[in-house]
Amino acid sequence: MTGMSPIVKTVTRWVSPFILAFGIYIALTGHLTPGGGFPGGVIVAGCFILITLAYGKERVEGIFDLKSASVTDSLASLSFLCMGLLGYVFGGGFLNNFIQSGFPGKAFELLSGGNMPIINIAIGFKVGGSLFVVFAYLALFRAIEEE
Amino acid sequence: MVLIQIFLVFTIIAALIAVEAPSPLSSIISLGAVGFGLSIAFLWLGAPDIAITQVVVEIITLVILIRATIGKGVTEVRGNESKPLLIGSLILFGLGSAFFANYLSAFPEFGKTAMDVPMDVFSETPSQYYLKFGLEKVGGANVVNDILLDFRAYDTLGEATVLFTAVLGAITLLNKEVFFGKGGEK
Repeated sequence: MTGMSPIVKTVTRWVSPFILAFGIYIALTGHLTPGGGFPGGVIVAGCFILITLAYGKERVEGIFDLKSASVTDSLASLSFLCMGLLGYVFGGGFLNNFIQSGFPGKAFELLSGGNMPIINIAIGFKVGGSLFVVFAYLALFRAIEEE
Repeated sequence: MVLIQIFLVFTIIAALIAVEAPSPLSSIISLGAVGFGLSIAFLWLGAPDIAITQVVVEIITLVILIRATIGKGVTEVRGNESKPLLIGSLILFGLGSAFFANYLSAFPEFGKTAMDVPMDVFSETPSQYYLKFGLEKVGGANVVNDILLDFRAYDTLGEATVLFTAVLGAITLLNKEVFFGKGGEK
């Protein structure tokens, strides 16, 4: 995989930061506007997939390669579970919204909803990581087969 | 409502084409048509959260499927139904039907969803309870995410588990080195 034509590369260079920012925005404000962790994570994964397709595998290596994506996937799943267990410890039930009952934020503001934003971020990392793992494996698989 | 029915018919036709198409590329494109038709239906029904998710997932799936299948030899699986397989699937179908018939009486009346049936825990039906107390009890302005991440957080955890297991399965099936060592297939 050496990449695509200069037109695609230039467009990717201009567009990919905005895609990344939009994905992070969608995941961060999931409790206020339509969106959430799942679509945000998919958009972030799509940004990295776009860069991989346009520039080749070497470009994303070291930033978000197969290993770091799988580590992200596993750590995010674990942090979701940890939020549930913390709810058990502090709130009296698994996945209890203990932050909202302890420090209720002001409604319609970014810091509201208790542990919803945290879980949203965890789901975003999880979905982004796992989708990128699937893509990277399929690309790798193809590259091995073509040799 | 007519527009939704038109889109649903379009989706069904696209799904049939996706199953019966001769080449993988046309199958994948029809699959994309199914997804986008569904997302427009969701948007029309007033569910922007689901529509966003559907569109985004559809795009990524399209890219991954095209990347994985195009330019590869396609193995067709056709006409290999053996007798034990048929008997086994018939037995499984019968067992499933028996269980379904057994639990059919526990389902709510036809035309009513479980969300519309009053429960003992809530003073009203669950759906009205979620809408009324979502902002107050959870604190998020988006009621859909209130339900997904607080009232129904178990479901979201299960969804994350399903995704994790699917990725594990895909990696295990695709990675030849796991089974055949570094040299590839023996």
